[in-house]
Amino acid sequence: MKEVELNTTTINFGPQHPAAHGVLRLVVELEGEVVQRAEPHIGLLHRGTEKLIEYKTYLQAVPYFDRLDYVSPMCQEHAFALATENLLGINVPERAKYIRVIFAEITRILNHLLNIPAYAADIGAVTPFLWCFEEREKLLEFHEAVSGARFHAAYFRPGGVHQDMPEGMEGKLFDHFKTLPKFIDDLESLLTNNRILRQRSVDIGIISKSEAIEWGCSGPVLRSAGVAWDLRRSQPYDAYDQVDFEVPVGKKGDCFDRYLVRIEEMRQSISIINQCLNKIKPGPISIEDNKITPPKRNQMKKSMEALIHHFKLFTEGYRVPAGQVYSAVEAPKGEFGVYLVSDGSSKPYRCKIRAPGFAHLQTLDHLSKGHLMADIAAILGSLDIVFGEIDR
Amino acid sequence: MIKILTKIDGINNVLENNNLFEIEFEKNNIIKIFNEFRDNTELNFNQLLDITAVDYPSREFRFDLIYILQSLTKNKKIILKTFIKENENIESITNIHKSADWYERECYDLFGIEFINHPDLRRIMTDYNFEGYPLRKDFPLTGHTEVRYDDLEKKVIYEPVKLTQEFRNFDSESPWEGMENKLFGDEKSTGEN
Repeated sequence: MKEVELNTTTINFGPQHPAAHGVLRLVVELEGEVVQRAEPHIGLLHRGTEKLIEYKTYLQAVPYFDRLDYVSPMCQEHAFALATENLLGINVPERAKYIRVIFAEITRILNHLLNIPAYAADIGAVTPFLWCFEEREKLLEFHEAVSGARFHAAYFRPGGVHQDMPEGMEGKLFDHFKTLPKFIDDLESLLTNNRILRQRSVDIGIISKSEAIEWGCSGPVLRSAGVAWDLRRSQPYDAYDQVDFEVPVGKKGDCFDRYLVRIEEMRQSISIINQCLNKIKPGPISIEDNKITPPKRNQMKKSMEALIHHFKLFTEGYRVPAGQVYSAVEAPKGEFGVYLVSDGSSKPYRCKIRAPGFAHLQTLDHLSKGHLMADIAAILGSLDIVFGEIDR
Repeated sequence: MIKILTKIDGINNVLENNNLFEIEFEKNNIIKIFNEFRDNTELNFNQLLDITAVDYPSREFRFDLIYILQSLTKNKKIILKTFIKENENIESITNIHKSADWYERECYDLFGIEFINHPDLRRIMTDYNFEGYPLRKDFPLTGHTEVRYDDLEKKVIYEPVKLTQEFRNFDSESPWEGMENKLFGDEKSTGEN
């Protein structure tokens, strides 16, 4: 029998590597330049969010969600707010629903405006990165205008949103989203037909329909494989059943399809925002029950009752009836879910966070097998990995 | 769908709540049940979304083990729950749902629940050589060890946690709300004694 000598090299990729999109440590086994096995080591950014939430009241838990996937903060608050509202059995007012949808979609655009150029930068294009950051900055100003913070907004709270949009905001949003489609066209003119981008992404990291479902993929990764599945459409929450939009799907499930799906999603988001701006009406922005949402500041100056409510809300918090619930939203990266268990006290007994990136990163070994080492960067970029949410 | 669910062996307590079903099952039947859930065309729960646990230290069956499944064709979600004791283990479902691999590793890492026949049951979230199971209720929030870079030894070292201020967990819950409305000496009025 002839003896075959296996000549494989094992290398460490990360945890400090710009293409690792954070703190991913990959142990890659190579034969020549071909990947045989890629084993992700995660947890380097594990902060124990779930444990911390068990020691905080429901309201204090909200800011932790901004810090999970720090590229799309508001969508994650959305999932937690929905879960808590479900347990409390409350319904938020119409205006709050629209505001939430508008800002969830702005967040989606923000996320894709970071992911697309970061992906392009991984495979050789630098200009989109600079362009998109300018555009992101303009959108972050809207975040800042409503919540006071560019990223860690803590804006979607159980019961509604924190405060109303400032006066004239609708008009400003409307004007801004008139210019954004032109920007997306410009961005596409740099990338979509670019020879290098196509060479580096077409037929790279293919995932089939059945595999994508089996591996628990969601969001653009699942849609690029040709599954028209979008929670905003199939299980609409807040005002998503009031708006019309299309769910873009890919054909092959390769990196290039994932890129195209994200570009189209941005256009759909703009359309959703415009529809919401046309439909939104003045009204309350959170439920008017001071047992759950704090009273207005000017009421507190006059009413003892309001002052007591305020004090109780920010010390004890509100009690949530015992029960369990799983609420999910279509975050920019995929299905972001919160499994919440309440024991009837004012702190969650258990809060499990279902991060889309966790399931996506798991497929990396499968996706990169047989590809070149350099393609790992492309695959990672196209999966839209952010370690805040994976490591939690 | 609720009719089909109640017919499956080893399933109790079927609840429906909008798009979400909640059921309890017996852990010995896990493989059979998950195969049934995936392959039965009426159910077709083809995507495993999450596996997690909830710790109740005072109970005999200490952990609730939670599986969340989704059916993309029927547009339904389901929470499956089973109860296990502290040193018990449970059959892995990695052969049925590929995505269970990391979810089970995470559950093992954070709760110490062992999954039999898992291909690679290692810790995933916590540090290399970590000890203890952080999401158990008896694990302190501050942890047991902390790390720092030691300039003399020129390496990162582990030390027991030193808190400059004692860990405080204020109980701010109002004693009035949720209290049983009972007056001492008034037992006769409610028919007790």
